[in-house]
Amino acid sequence: MADVALANHARGGAVGAGLRRMSAALVPVVVVVAAIIALWYVACVPMNIKEALTQAERAGAVIDPPSAIERRDASAIGLVFRNSDHIGATFGQERPRLPAPHQVGQELWNSTGDMVLRGRAFSKRSLIYHAWVTLSATVLGFAIGTVAGVALAVGIVHSRVMNMAVMPWAIASQTIPILAIAPMIIVVLNSIGITGLIPKALISAYLSFFPVTVGMVKGLRSPDAMQLDLLRTYSASQSETFWKLRLPSSMPYFFTSMKIGMAAALVGAIVGEMPTGAVAGLGARLLAGSYYGQTIQIWAALFAAAILAAVLVGIIGAIQGVTLKRMGMAR
Amino acid sequence: MNYILGWSIAFLIGASALNVAMANGEGRDQALTRFVVPMLFGASLLVLWEGITRGLNVPGVILPAPSAIWETFQANLGTLREDFVQTFIKGALSGYVIGAVAAFAVALLVDASDFLRRGLLPVGNFMAALPIVGIAPILVMWFGFDWQSKAAVVVVMVFFPILVNTVEGLRATDRMQRDLMRTYAASYWQTLLKLRLPAAMPFIFNGLKISTTLALIGAIVAEFFGSPIRGMGFRISTEVGRLALDMVWAEILVAAIAGSAFYGFVAFVESLVTFWHPSQRRK
Amino acid sequence: MGTMETGMQTDSLEAGTEAAAASPVVIEARKLDLTFQTNDGPVQALRDVNLTINKGDFVSFIGPSGCGKTTFLRVVAALEHPTGGAITVNGMTPDEARRERAYGYVFQAAGLYPWRTIARNIKLPLEIMGFSKAEQDEHVDRVLKLVDLEGFGGKFPWQLSGGMQQRASIARALAFDADILLMDEPFGALDEIVRDHLNEQLLELWDRTGKTIGFVTHSIPEAVYLSTRIVVMSPRPGRITDVIESTLPRERPLDIRDTPEFLAIAHRVREGLRAGHAYDD
Repeated sequence: MADVALANHARGGAVGAGLRRMSAALVPVVVVVAAIIALWYVACVPMNIKEALTQAERAGAVIDPPSAIERRDASAIGLVFRNSDHIGATFGQERPRLPAPHQVGQELWNSTGDMVLRGRAFSKRSLIYHAWVTLSATVLGFAIGTVAGVALAVGIVHSRVMNMAVMPWAIASQTIPILAIAPMIIVVLNSIGITGLIPKALISAYLSFFPVTVGMVKGLRSPDAMQLDLLRTYSASQSETFWKLRLPSSMPYFFTSMKIGMAAALVGAIVGEMPTGAVAGLGARLLAGSYYGQTIQIWAALFAAAILAAVLVGIIGAIQGVTLKRMGMAR
Repeated sequence: MNYILGWSIAFLIGASALNVAMANGEGRDQALTRFVVPMLFGASLLVLWEGITRGLNVPGVILPAPSAIWETFQANLGTLREDFVQTFIKGALSGYVIGAVAAFAVALLVDASDFLRRGLLPVGNFMAALPIVGIAPILVMWFGFDWQSKAAVVVVMVFFPILVNTVEGLRATDRMQRDLMRTYAASYWQTLLKLRLPAAMPFIFNGLKISTTLALIGAIVAEFFGSPIRGMGFRISTEVGRLALDMVWAEILVAAIAGSAFYGFVAFVESLVTFWHPSQRRK
Repeated sequence: MGTMETGMQTDSLEAGTEAAAASPVVIEARKLDLTFQTNDGPVQALRDVNLTINKGDFVSFIGPSGCGKTTFLRVVAALEHPTGGAITVNGMTPDEARRERAYGYVFQAAGLYPWRTIARNIKLPLEIMGFSKAEQDEHVDRVLKLVDLEGFGGKFPWQLSGGMQQRASIARALAFDADILLMDEPFGALDEIVRDHLNEQLLELWDRTGKTIGFVTHSIPEAVYLSTRIVVMSPRPGRITDVIESTLPRERPLDIRDTPEFLAIAHRVREGLRAGHAYDD
C-alpha cells in the first residue's frame, strides 16, 4: 500500500515537473509571439497612414497637410503624429499595404472555417480547396522524391562506381537553384498534354530528391568501423549488414532529411502553381492576390502555406519521435 | 537505324564500363580518378541528351539539345551578363550581405538574454522551415519592381537559417572552456571575442552556406512577381512563355554556375577561417 | 557514526594546522557545506568540510567519484558557491581572489583552443589580463621551458600528443604567475608511462617555483608520490574522512614508490578510503 502511494506520489511529482518544464519552455515563446503581433500592429500605422488619410479626406475630414502631393513626400511617422485621430482607420482598410493581424485572421476564417460551416469547403473561393490542391502535389512529389532518393542512396553506398560518379553531382546539385526550372517543367509538360497534379508533383519530387539522397548516404555510412567489423566477424552478408546495421543507424538522418525534403517539396509545389495562369493552389492565390492588389488574400494564403508546412513537418517530427524512441535512439 | 542515338548509347555504355574499371582498378584512390569518373559520367549524360534530341528529332520547344543551348549561351552573352548583374549582384548578393549582418547582430542580442533565446529560437526554427519565398509578392508591392524588392526577399530568406545557426554556435562551447575564462575573470566581451565567436564559426558558416542557394532562389523567384525587363527570373518566365527553351536553359546554366561559384567561395573562406576544425584539417 | 567521524577529522585537522603553522595560510575552509538542487531532490556535495592549506603545500584530494573533491576545488576557484560555512583564499572570498587572478586552474582535459597555436594559447590569459606584448612573449618563453615544450610554440594543439597538450595547458595555468595552482585530475586521461613522467616534472616544477598546489586525483600512488598532505574524501554526503601528512622527503625520485615508507602511507590512504564506505555499492 505504502509503496503504491509512494509510486503515485512520485508520478505526480514527475507530471508536475513535466508541466513546469513545459511552461518554462512555452512562456518565452508566447511572449515573443505576442511581441511580434504587437510590433505588427504598430507597423500597420505608418504603413497604412497615407491611404487612410486620403480616404478620410474624401469623406470630408480635415487633414494636415491638406495637399495629397505634400503628403506623398512627407514621412509616414510625422503624418501619424500630426493626424493621430486617424490611426484607427489604418487597421481596417480593404486593401492595406500591411493588413492588421485580425484582418488576416478574419480572412483565414472566412475562407476556411466559415466555408465549412456553409457547406462549401471545396468551393473555388475556399482556402481549404487551394491548400488541398497544393498539399496533394506536395505529398505525391515528396513520396516520389523520397523513394527515389533512398534508392539512389542505397546504390551509392553499395557501389563504388555510383559513389564516385553520382555522389559529386548530388552534392553539387544542392548548391544550384534548381527551383528556377520549375516554370519550364510546367509549360513543357503542359505543351505535351500533361497538366494538373503531375507536373507540380515532379517539381516537388525533384526538389526533395537531392536532400534525401545526401542525407541518407550520410546516414547509411554513419556506422563506425568497429560496428562494421563486428558484423564481419559474424561473416554477415551485405544485405544482412544493411538491414541490421546500416538502415537502423540511418534513421535519425532519414527523418532530418525528410523534414528538409518536405519543406522543399512544398516550396516546389507553390512555385509550380504560378506560371500556369494561377488556376488553383496556394501559389495561384499568391499570384492572383498580387495581380489584383488583394493584400489580405496574399497574407491569408501565406499563412495557410505556413500552417501547411508546420503541419507536414510536424507530422514527420512526431513519427520521428515515436520511431526513435522505440528504437532507443531518442536523445 | 538511328545512328546518332545509337552512338550516344554506345558512348554511355563505353563510358560506364570505363568508370567501373577505374573505380575498381588500382588507381581508384587517386585524386585524378576521383575527378575523371564523375566528369566522364556527366559527359556521357550530356552525350545521351544530345543523341536523344538529335536522333529522335525532339522539338526545341520541348527539350533543346545541349549544343543548341551552348550556342544560345554564346550568342547572348550580353543579355545573360545583364541579367546576372541585375539578379545576382544587385538582388541576391546585396540581400545576402544585409541579411547575414542583420542575422548576426540579432543572434548576439538573442544570445545575451536567456529568455529571448528560449523565445526566439523556436520561432526562428519554425520560420526557417516555412515557404518564405511566398512573401515575394508582398515585398514587390512594398519595394517596387526593381532589385530592391528582390534584395528584401533575400534578406528575409537568409535571415533565419543564419540566425538559428549562429545562436546555436554561440552555445557550442562546453562548460570547461567557459569555466576556464571565468578563472581568468574574463569579461563578457573577452569571452565572446576570444572563445565563443571562434568556436561558433563552423556553425555560422554552415548557415552561410545553406543561405547561398536560398539567396539565389529568392532573387529569381521574386522576379516571377514583377521586375524591370531584365533579370534571370524575368528572362526565364518570359522566354518560357515564348517557348524559347534554349534561352531558358542558358539562364539556368548561368544560375548553376553562379550558384556553385557562390557556394564554393563561401566554402573557401570557411576553410581559411575554420582551418582548425576536424572536418577541415589537412593531414 | 557520522558525527564521530566529523569529530575525529576535526582533531586531525587541528594537528595538521599546528604542524605547518610556520608558513602563512593560503586557503582556509570552515564548516563548508554545498547542496545542489537537482530534479531528483537535493544532493549534498560537501558537508562540514574543514581544511587549512598553507603556502607551499602540495595537497592531494582523493576519493571515489561523487565525494566532492572536484567540487571543493571548484569552490576554491569560485566556480561553485557554497551554501554554508566560510572559505577564504589569500584572506579574500574566492570571488575576490578570482578577480585578483590568484590561481591557475588545470582541467581534466587540456581544453586548448584549436584555432590558436600553443604559444597563443598560453598568451590567452595574458591577453585577457592586459599584459603588454613584450611581457606576453617573455612569459610564454619561460613557461614553455618550464614544461619542456621549447620549440613547440608555433604548433597547433591538434598536432601534438595528449601528454604534450596537457603540459601546454599547465604552462597556460602557470603563465600569469598565480601563487596557487588548482589541478583537477590533470593526468587522468593519459597513459601510465606519460603520467609518471609528468608527475616527476610537476614535482620538479613545484620545488622550483614554491607554488601552492591543490591536486585532485583518484590514483593512490599518484597522490602519495606528489603530496605533502593527502586529503581522503568519501561520498554521500561528500566529506573529509582523513588528512594524512606525508613523511616522505621533498626530493622524490620515481623509485621512492617501492620504499616501505611510501607503501605505509599508501596503505593508510587505502584504509581511509575503505573506512569511508567508498566501495559499498
